[in-house]
Amino acid sequence: MDFSSLNAVAMIVLLIGAATPILLAAIGELVVEKSGVLNLGVEGMMIIGAVTGFITATTTGSPMLGFVGGAIGGAAVSTLFAFLTQYLLSNQVATGLALTMFGLGLAALMGRSYNGIKPPRTERLEVPGLSDLPVLGELFFSYDPIIYFSLVLVIAVWWFLNRTRAGLVLRACGENHDAAHSLGYNVQLIRFGAIMFGGACAGLGGAYVSLIRVPQWTEGMTAGVGWIALAIVVFASWKPWRVILGAYMFGGITILQLSLQALGISISGAYLSMTPYIVTIVVLVIMSADRKRASLNAPACLGRSFHASH
Amino acid sequence: MLRLEQRPTPSRAMLYLTPVMAVLATMLVGGVLFWAMGIDPFKAIYLLFIDPFVDSYNLSQLFVKASPLILIAMGLSLGFRAGVWNIGAEGQFIVGAIAGGAVGLALWGSTGWWILPLMALAAALGGALWALVPAVLKIRFNANEILVSLMLVYVAEHFLAQMVQGVLRAPDGMGFPESRNLARNDPTSLPDVFPALGIDAGGVVMLILLAAAFFLLQKHALGFQIKLTGDSPRAARFAGVNPSFIIAICLGLSGAAAGLAGLFELTGAAGKLTIDFPVGYGFTAIIVAFLGRLSPVGILLAGVVLAGTYIGGENAQFLLKMPAAAVTVFQGMMLFFLLGFEILINYRIKPMRRAV
Amino acid sequence: MKFTKTLAAAAAMGLALSGAATAGSHGGDPLKAGFIYVGPIGDLGWTWTHDQGRLAVEAEFGDSVETSYVESVPEGADAERVMSQMARSGVDIIFTTSFGYMDPTINVAADFPDVAFEHATGYKRAENVSTYSARFYEGRYVIGEIAGAMTETNKIGYIASFPIPEVVRGINSAYLAAKSVNPDVEFKVVWVYTWFDPGKEADAANALIEQGVDVIMQHTDSPAAMTIAEEKGVYAFGQASDMSAFGPNAQLTGIIDNWGPYYIERVKAVMDGTWESTDTWDGIAEGMVQFAPFSDKLPADVVARAEATIAAIGSGEFSPFTGPINKQDGSVWLAEGEVADDGTLAGLNFYVEGIDGELPN
Repeated sequence: MDFSSLNAVAMIVLLIGAATPILLAAIGELVVEKSGVLNLGVEGMMIIGAVTGFITATTTGSPMLGFVGGAIGGAAVSTLFAFLTQYLLSNQVATGLALTMFGLGLAALMGRSYNGIKPPRTERLEVPGLSDLPVLGELFFSYDPIIYFSLVLVIAVWWFLNRTRAGLVLRACGENHDAAHSLGYNVQLIRFGAIMFGGACAGLGGAYVSLIRVPQWTEGMTAGVGWIALAIVVFASWKPWRVILGAYMFGGITILQLSLQALGISISGAYLSMTPYIVTIVVLVIMSADRKRASLNAPACLGRSFHASH
Repeated sequence: MLRLEQRPTPSRAMLYLTPVMAVLATMLVGGVLFWAMGIDPFKAIYLLFIDPFVDSYNLSQLFVKASPLILIAMGLSLGFRAGVWNIGAEGQFIVGAIAGGAVGLALWGSTGWWILPLMALAAALGGALWALVPAVLKIRFNANEILVSLMLVYVAEHFLAQMVQGVLRAPDGMGFPESRNLARNDPTSLPDVFPALGIDAGGVVMLILLAAAFFLLQKHALGFQIKLTGDSPRAARFAGVNPSFIIAICLGLSGAAAGLAGLFELTGAAGKLTIDFPVGYGFTAIIVAFLGRLSPVGILLAGVVLAGTYIGGENAQFLLKMPAAAVTVFQGMMLFFLLGFEILINYRIKPMRRAV
Repeated sequence: MKFTKTLAAAAAMGLALSGAATAGSHGGDPLKAGFIYVGPIGDLGWTWTHDQGRLAVEAEFGDSVETSYVESVPEGADAERVMSQMARSGVDIIFTTSFGYMDPTINVAADFPDVAFEHATGYKRAENVSTYSARFYEGRYVIGEIAGAMTETNKIGYIASFPIPEVVRGINSAYLAAKSVNPDVEFKVVWVYTWFDPGKEADAANALIEQGVDVIMQHTDSPAAMTIAEEKGVYAFGQASDMSAFGPNAQLTGIIDNWGPYYIERVKAVMDGTWESTDTWDGIAEGMVQFAPFSDKLPADVVARAEATIAAIGSGEFSPFTGPINKQDGSVWLAEGEVADDGTLAGLNFYVEGIDGELPN
């Protein structure tokens, strides 16, 4: 086992790239769940974002517009879920699953004529002087703009939820929607907005996969990453900072097992591939087991429909 | 502007009408979608919804596809009614097939009527145990069963890959990652019962269990407890229902059903364990459960209709050049419409009263 | 009214479709050729090349042949059903393009003795079932030589799918070739356990590159690795198709699966009534294995050697698996001058000497 050739810095860079789509989708879902809604359709929204982002980028030639397109695509498809759950009071679990199924199929249809096309390249950050520093340069100053954006987004979400009035109202909808309603807030509208934000984030995460990480369009390319994002939210006890930790950890394990193989360490591929999921379960259990902390963070009205009874 | 007004009692008419309305709405919107794609909408709708029930060959394939869906959905519906969300049926399906298959492979060469039932028992046990992991973690640690059961699907898939490349690999299979063919080996092969409808022994078991589920929910105390837990957890606690027991029994039964379905698929349609053995029945069954409104009769119908769209979809692919993804969109749409129309059961839509 | 009329027409069509298959009698009717694909044609890899073969058939025969296909058909019962449906609807020859379709093909063929079946990469035949495959390992040998010459770090990366004989053959062949031009070369193999997963393939490519690899080979289907190679400035080889669109600087050449000529030949045989069950394992000689244009980054001597190897394999003068070759554990596999027979190659499940790492069980 030759660890001397293990390039740790390179691995960290790779891991962050792998984790960013999960991070984006998870932070969006965190906001949704804080408002009291459980949206299992993350995978569907992500893949729609991947295809709309890809189509926008290749048609306009601009990767940035592509990311915007992906976010819009994700938000647009999330309105189906929002309308059904908020105004037609449909079961959130079932609707979320329907969204995933519908999203996967629709994305495949939309993307049919886009197979085999190369998207415009997204430029990485180049800060003269800083980016060329030996270790620090690579580790901190050479990522694509979306990675920096994702971290800023997490900070923004934290600030919104904890330091603004609007964030307080949103959290109130998640904790006690009847009380929020009697205070005069339109719970359904607030949740609708949160769902669309979640959709935009998931769409952006999906666009990241098709425009940067792979980059290419293929059917089903998100490969279950949306479900991981859902797990990360619980894992993070609904705290924005922890979402970063969870996403990077999951990305890390995925990259690690490939890197170990590349080093010549042959641990059985199948068992190694299982580890990200088993670790997620273990951490999930640890986080949930501490009932006091868990109950302080899980929105009390998560998953329950709200209907004003006049 | 419209508003929702709660009905004094749920509308029985709507209870039966909503699935029909959902199917009709899907046909309409789906038809427009096909037309926009340049496919003859009438031919497409015919192939998807009518041909599977009219054509004798398609009919003989119907239950081959529908049985596993109905069996799994039936198990899931018990949990869903109680608010216990088993999303990992796909994993339990796989583990059941591995467990039952392993027994069959271990007994390779022996004969006896008892082999297949033993395999079925092992499969049910395997699936149940796999489902009890999220159950235990939920009961003991309050871990969300949706996420745990889902993660275990991925674990099961990798476990399957490991098994078919190692312990369960066929010794004379040229090194390919697959097991011996259990369906072509008499003692482990699932016999046909009504070939005209594609019902084999697994299908018969499914129908028996479906009837059992019906009686459980309608007549048995446990069924009452399950329904009560779902409708009102607080009332259930006051009535003395043990929530941990409900969680365990619902997950255990649904896991057993999924595991059994896995074995029937292995010894009937699929034949051998390969890396590609799982085809998503565990997830589609969730759709079937909801389309069937979580009732045994509804699930039977929904399973048959959905199986029909799969079979019809395959035919439409090479007869009409319809892309495979269009069928998935179709099925997702059907579920959306059903979920949307469901509101009409408990609420009326009325124009907003203007302030005078 | 119009709706009911159309419905009736559709019903009539449905009944007509469900009638018994009348294969073999074309008279003036176009011959029908059907294709069953295991993946989407958009994969730009395995399935795409088979579809190119189908298009070649269409181009060659024009109106006298009608082709149809079903993509992403799971192996097992679904495959059997789709094949049966195709046969029942009057298709005369069906190409089943995945190893996992073996048993379904045999089963359905038994029910439809008048329909010709062509199964790719399988080993079971019947009176109306032929098998065919390509000697990809010949192609791997050529690119192995090129890789050995072009690597500067002496580390070559290999993205492998499943440890089945086909894949192991490819690794062994490429390694032997690379070693023959560059004794210091080292192969790093990563198993991704999938034929097609662009995300995972991209990750694997990245992992290999970060560990010092500067030439990448793959036995997976998407152009993801090529794209990453292009981005990171290393070399790679196209798999199954010419992937230079994804790696204009990265692609040195690629192995191209050329199914067209074989498909045309077989369809013609059905038309002429001369079709019979055969087993075909063609390679460079017959044009089934071809190469993408050589990159102009390749020095003249590398190109010359590659072309000479292609010619030698094509003429039968040279075979990649010619002894002396030892197994990974040091024991002798092939003596000096001994050539491996097709049977052994078909079931190859060990590494040759010099490859580091264990073959997963």
